[in-house]
Amino acid sequence: MSEHKTNPMSVEPAAGNGILNRRIFLEGALVAGATGAGLASAAAEPLPVPRWMKVPGANFAPYGQPSQFESKVVRAIAPPANPATQGIGTARTPLHLLEGMMTPSGLHFERSHSGIPDIDPDQHRLVIHGLVKQPLVFTLEALSRYPMTSRIAFVECAGNSGALNSPQPQALNVPAIHGLLSCSEWTGVKLSTLLDEAGVEPSARWLIAEGADSASMSRSVPLAKAMDDALICIYQNGEHVRPSNGYPVRLLLPGFEGNMNVKWLRRLKLTAEPAMTKDETSKYTILLKDEKAWQFVFPLEVKSVITRPSPGLTLKGPGFYEISGLAWSGNGSIRQVEVSADGGQSWAPAALSGPILPKAPVRFRTPWQWNGGPTVLQSRATDDTGMVQPSRATFIAERSLRGQYHFNAVQSWRIDEKGEAANVYA
Amino acid sequence: MSMLKHLAAGAAVIALTATASAQAPKFGQPIAPADVAPWDISIGPDGAGLPPGRGTATQGEAIYATKCQACHGEKGAGRPNDALVGGKGSLETGKAPVKTVGSYWPYATTLFDYIRRAMPFLESKSLTNDEAYAVSAYVLSLNEIIGKDDVLDAQSLPKVRMPNRDGFIPFPRSPK
Repeated sequence: MSEHKTNPMSVEPAAGNGILNRRIFLEGALVAGATGAGLASAAAEPLPVPRWMKVPGANFAPYGQPSQFESKVVRAIAPPANPATQGIGTARTPLHLLEGMMTPSGLHFERSHSGIPDIDPDQHRLVIHGLVKQPLVFTLEALSRYPMTSRIAFVECAGNSGALNSPQPQALNVPAIHGLLSCSEWTGVKLSTLLDEAGVEPSARWLIAEGADSASMSRSVPLAKAMDDALICIYQNGEHVRPSNGYPVRLLLPGFEGNMNVKWLRRLKLTAEPAMTKDETSKYTILLKDEKAWQFVFPLEVKSVITRPSPGLTLKGPGFYEISGLAWSGNGSIRQVEVSADGGQSWAPAALSGPILPKAPVRFRTPWQWNGGPTVLQSRATDDTGMVQPSRATFIAERSLRGQYHFNAVQSWRIDEKGEAANVYA
Repeated sequence: MSMLKHLAAGAAVIALTATASAQAPKFGQPIAPADVAPWDISIGPDGAGLPPGRGTATQGEAIYATKCQACHGEKGAGRPNDALVGGKGSLETGKAPVKTVGSYWPYATTLFDYIRRAMPFLESKSLTNDEAYAVSAYVLSLNEIIGKDDVLDAQSLPKVRMPNRDGFIPFPRSPK
């Protein structure tokens, strides 16, 4: 890096172990003494003209694909415990290899309970019945005629980050721990519009949402949520919802645990009481320290994770790095993300990349001058309800490590002298 | 003049009302509750929606051996898929929980509902109602919640008291 006069205000460390002031992003100031050692020390070689500049490129493709050189940017899929029952399990988003806030549709995480059904949209029907004045059936064509609403929202599996419930830290990377989080722009019909058309009876308090998959996965949803911001989604990132995300129509309950956002939605039954389905009793309940378990744990509470550096993304020698990650809250918008490079002894606010939207992930960035020594990186998010992401100790004190679901405590990455990152408890 | 104004205002109100109701999109097709019935497989914890039929654990044992055991193990012991039996006492403080139908599930209606809609995994919704009652009875019997020859049907199933019935409390921070 060439020598420039720097703004002395911007070079002050903002927190311990080389965390710099986020204003360098805002003011474009350079960092005194921040050199990209190992990257820019020697003069570059003369520039050759590559072969692709001398011949015409490929012809047009009907549906674009990523570069062949990006073949490692794929979802992580664990082999099923039982090969006879395929389609139970997860495909995890490679968050550490992505940037910004959006997830490409083909990389959106998937959690399925009985595989991905191959649904003919012309034969698919959505029915609303139960405690309504007039039961109604909707074809896809009918749903497509309503005024549409678009919003950007994350979907996160309730079991995301569950690996951190392990008493000892496991050697896992970002997708293996946190890859059940993705973000899309969702477009569809407000559920309240359809419920108003059917005429909800005053005694209705819940609706049972059911998928058209082989397991007919079903969950009870509070009527208040259905009338608030629930969306019957037909489009994901501008194209029809992907089969693995619920084609041809899925329920979106912004901020609520992923399992409730029922895919392949075929039926909504209004009831006075919840159905107590398998997935809201035996699964997706949080066993506490004593014998009691929390049930109907809907919102995914405030959370963040540093995606770079992280395990597998090794630092190439001391020098300047950007610490980058995602923060999100199922209860609202992210107000602040703080980053620490000394295991939580000192913190500095990160820069947030807009737009900052409710129930959508925010990309945060912190400039960092790594001195080459061992260190522990952490991030801590606060949402606009004032809720602060808990430390691991605070999280355990409230609910122990038996809860399995909704793990949202601070993630720690240890960086060793070689620049390698590892999952640790700090 | 003022009369005309009133008339005009009144006409405008009528026009707005007419326009508003004309524009409210209604594309749902009415369907009779009886025609929804084949799709309505929901069962409430009070037993609402349970179909006719009956079965006992003795009858369910043979069905289980043929259609369930390959995934859920002999007598519900589990492996390669979920265990259906055991875990008694494992919810106690400090222990590693083993969540099974016997140790964790709060409602017996959920067991019938899930078996009927989702099991067997490779041919869901293939069991008759009698078979679903019988397999439910077998799993409950393995957990010593009902006897081998107790009859499960729409009347008796909701009355089965599960050991962990009172094990759940609402999450205090869910929106109201």
